[in-house]
Amino acid sequence: MSVLGWFARLRERRTAELANELQMHLEMAQADRIARGESPRDAAASARREFGNVGLVQEVARDEWNGAGLAAERLGQDLRFAVRMLRRAPGFAALGIVTIALGIGASTAIFSVVQATLIRPLPYPHPEQLVRIEDDLGGIGARDVGMSTPEWHDLERSGIFTDISPTWFDNNNLTGLSHPQRVGLQIVAPNYFALLGVKPQLGAGFDPADPAPGFNAQAVISDALWRSSFGTDPHILGRVVQLDSDSYRIVGVMPRGFQAPARVGEERRTEVWPAFGFAGAPLSEASVISRSSLFPGAIARMAPGLTIADAQRRVDALVQSLRRAYPADYPTRSDWRVRLVPLKDIVVGDVRQPLMFLLGAVGLVLLVGCANVANLLLARATTRGREMAVRQALGGAPSRLMRQLLTESIVLSVLGGIAGIALVIAAKGTLVRLIPDTVPRVNDITIDWGVLAFAFLASLAAGAMFGLAPVLHVRGLDVTRVLKLEGRGSTSSRDQQRTRRLLVIGEVALSLVLLSTAGLLVRSFWGLLQVPLGFNPQHVTVVRTRLPYPNEPKEDLYPTAGAEETFVRDVMRRLRALPGVDDVAFGSGAAVPLDHPYQDQTLLHVRIEGDLSHGDQPLLLTGSEVSPGYFRLLGMSLVRGRSFDDFDTGDKPPVAVINESMARRYWPHDDALGKRVKVSRAATDWSTIVGIVADARTDSLAGVSAPHIYASLYQQQGKHLAIFLHGRFETGAIERAVREQVQAVNSALPVFGAERLSDVVSESLAMRRFSMMLIAVFALTALFLAALGVYGVISCMVSERTHEIGLRLALGADGSDVMRMVMRQGVRLAIAGAAIGLIGAVLVSHAMASVLVGVSPSDPVTFTVATALLTFVALAGCYVPARRAIRVDPMTALSS
Amino acid sequence: MAPKHPPTSRIELLQGTLDLIVLQALRWGPCHGYGIVQLIRAQSNNVLQVETGSLYPALQRLLRQRVIATEWGRSDNNRRVRLYRLTPKGRARLSAERSRWQQLTEAIAALMVAPQPEES
Repeated sequence: MSVLGWFARLRERRTAELANELQMHLEMAQADRIARGESPRDAAASARREFGNVGLVQEVARDEWNGAGLAAERLGQDLRFAVRMLRRAPGFAALGIVTIALGIGASTAIFSVVQATLIRPLPYPHPEQLVRIEDDLGGIGARDVGMSTPEWHDLERSGIFTDISPTWFDNNNLTGLSHPQRVGLQIVAPNYFALLGVKPQLGAGFDPADPAPGFNAQAVISDALWRSSFGTDPHILGRVVQLDSDSYRIVGVMPRGFQAPARVGEERRTEVWPAFGFAGAPLSEASVISRSSLFPGAIARMAPGLTIADAQRRVDALVQSLRRAYPADYPTRSDWRVRLVPLKDIVVGDVRQPLMFLLGAVGLVLLVGCANVANLLLARATTRGREMAVRQALGGAPSRLMRQLLTESIVLSVLGGIAGIALVIAAKGTLVRLIPDTVPRVNDITIDWGVLAFAFLASLAAGAMFGLAPVLHVRGLDVTRVLKLEGRGSTSSRDQQRTRRLLVIGEVALSLVLLSTAGLLVRSFWGLLQVPLGFNPQHVTVVRTRLPYPNEPKEDLYPTAGAEETFVRDVMRRLRALPGVDDVAFGSGAAVPLDHPYQDQTLLHVRIEGDLSHGDQPLLLTGSEVSPGYFRLLGMSLVRGRSFDDFDTGDKPPVAVINESMARRYWPHDDALGKRVKVSRAATDWSTIVGIVADARTDSLAGVSAPHIYASLYQQQGKHLAIFLHGRFETGAIERAVREQVQAVNSALPVFGAERLSDVVSESLAMRRFSMMLIAVFALTALFLAALGVYGVISCMVSERTHEIGLRLALGADGSDVMRMVMRQGVRLAIAGAAIGLIGAVLVSHAMASVLVGVSPSDPVTFTVATALLTFVALAGCYVPARRAIRVDPMTALSS
Repeated sequence: MAPKHPPTSRIELLQGTLDLIVLQALRWGPCHGYGIVQLIRAQSNNVLQVETGSLYPALQRLLRQRVIATEWGRSDNNRRVRLYRLTPKGRARLSAERSRWQQLTEAIAALMVAPQPEES
């Protein structure tokens, strides 16, 4: 039975009971009269007369009922009436609904992203137990340097964690299928999936207790790879594939949508997981027991019941005892510490701040929208003042009228909310495409109950907010005064006009906050685009390939830099012969400016000869291996010395090139040329610094230049190869051409990832661009709404003062006087709003100072331009009603 | 209006007074609607005649405020009728209203016996 049906029945019963009671009353009165000696007929007549109209009594008594049934019934009436009123004013309704739909739609869209990335827990059982273990060397300012196998075993034995799995992201060459392909790879311990608590959709996966010290020749693959490369073969289990020439048996396919919990999009899209014991080949005997031979870190599940603070305390104690036990490995000055980070923070990483910022901004837009609708409603309340007054005069309780108005507002906002949700659902695909790759879990964005609840609550709140204005207006309604203003449409009181002005001032202020924020972001972005890169991405295309790195050394076709040099020279010669190619150079993956999919690839362990300030610890510096011609092709200028040449090969003394920042930092008073460094942990020979290049923004556009060191690719191997080609060509075509040439040399090598270098540069700004664009769109929306608000208030003022304007015109004022008068009103609103807005804008801009680049948070240009733009738009908003004012015909105005 | 009673013998009840009178009538125990009318008339020496059209809305109002409650009972001729009785909240209200009423009537009485301006 429906609730309303139940209420109806309850009401029927109560009505029947009341009728019965009244009947009894009548009978008793009659009986009394008869007892006093009246004749039954007289008694009946006089009792009835005394009693009055039975129907009326019932009616009146029922009016006092305010039980649940009646409340629901009244709500139904209010709703019906509200819908009727909105249908009677379709223009008003449409404008209100569209405004709210945009506000709610935008807020809901941003919230759905926030929900998927920040709010929703990671999709594993007991996600709060999951942490990443990061090792810091505070003494040399290095964070997350990685962990050694003995440290891993110490932590495992500590009892703080139920499982710890090292993770090592890499690329690999998958061969043995129709064509060689590069796959994203994550080397993990066999307990990795058990630790996360995720089972493969197919197969049993690894045995978590697998004792193999090295690779156990088993691999689990992702659903995406299963679909794209194995045609969803249901018999894939047990199939053997080649990864970097090593054979692996596939023992599991992860479920669809499973993503490795990681910081970078490229890592999250891991396609293959081999299991590794981190205690055997290909790691050398020595490195397995060494505390300074590091893998890139680990994830862990804390023992049940431990909070992260508890676990951190126990880890700290363990670290202290290890530092005492191995003083040579952990010199005091390096200040080794182990830090537990919630795994979710790793995944969410850097997007928390921009997303919260966007949510705040979109909230402001919604507020401006609400102010606008409140204004619309107030304007309507003015024209409906008569209706309200008449209803009050006829006995409508003010509380009932207020409820009625509030219902109308909420109906409006809920309709707007529904339209907004529809908008989000329709635009979800586009939205997801717009979101940069840096935002994790984009595929998890769904319009679920949480998001719907948010949209619904936001609409209700919005409705209540803008609905309050007309409600308060009814309360202050002076019935007699309104009814006396016969014939005149307007009933707006001074109070009400003040409310409307305040609303518009608020709108203008909020819009200015958004506008100046957007301005600062645009200026930052523009500034970043103008930053001298120090290299020239014009007409440079990057194509990537990768040399296999088999675990079985005998299988390695490129075991030495010399073997790699032969390959590189061969390919280079072939590529130079391609039509349209002006120049070719090679580099390791990290040599591609501003492109660092794998954070651990870029750091080199560098030792400086004679530098004892860091004890035994190497410096961690960004570095890359490059071929001769690299600096020339990228247009990086050599400041002193020489760059690499064809003779810097494996049989010659190793050489290095550094950038100016490094020279300044480590040889502030000396000439860096001729100094010697060890460029990697494995290096046995000292490399001589032969050249210094100018600083280039190769790591980050926003930051200052960091020390960077280059080694010769012919002397120090890089397995991930980036091929730089100078010339004008289409990326798809050049990728095919390069693949043909590379595979002519070695048919097992994958060629992939062709990109224009300018796109790489622009890609590095993706999150910034995304925030900037959204904030700019929000700011323009707010600006437009504010202009509408000004327009509304001013045109209302003009129509209310038609009489006065007519009089002025009749008395000889000319059009420009009237125009000035109207415009002055608008300017006053704009100035008041701008003044308040500027204060807010300065507060906001200082709060986001860390995001700004090359522009001060109180940048006068931005604030001036934003204020000017806002004032201009506000004036445009009052121009239309001002035009109408000067066209007032005095005769009509005065006789009306 | 029933012309049997001269208008002067009827007192227009002050707003809110009816509620007080109904509560006061129920002080003696549960009573049905007709009984309440009779009680009020008898106790006011036939001056106050509560209109049915005012009584039942008042009863509903008081029910809603939870100062009275209903129960089923038997009338004199043994029929099932609805009885109204005071709730504890109603008793509290009654005593509060009574002292306020006292103050009001005393104040008005004082006003009435105050020296009158000389009539010219």
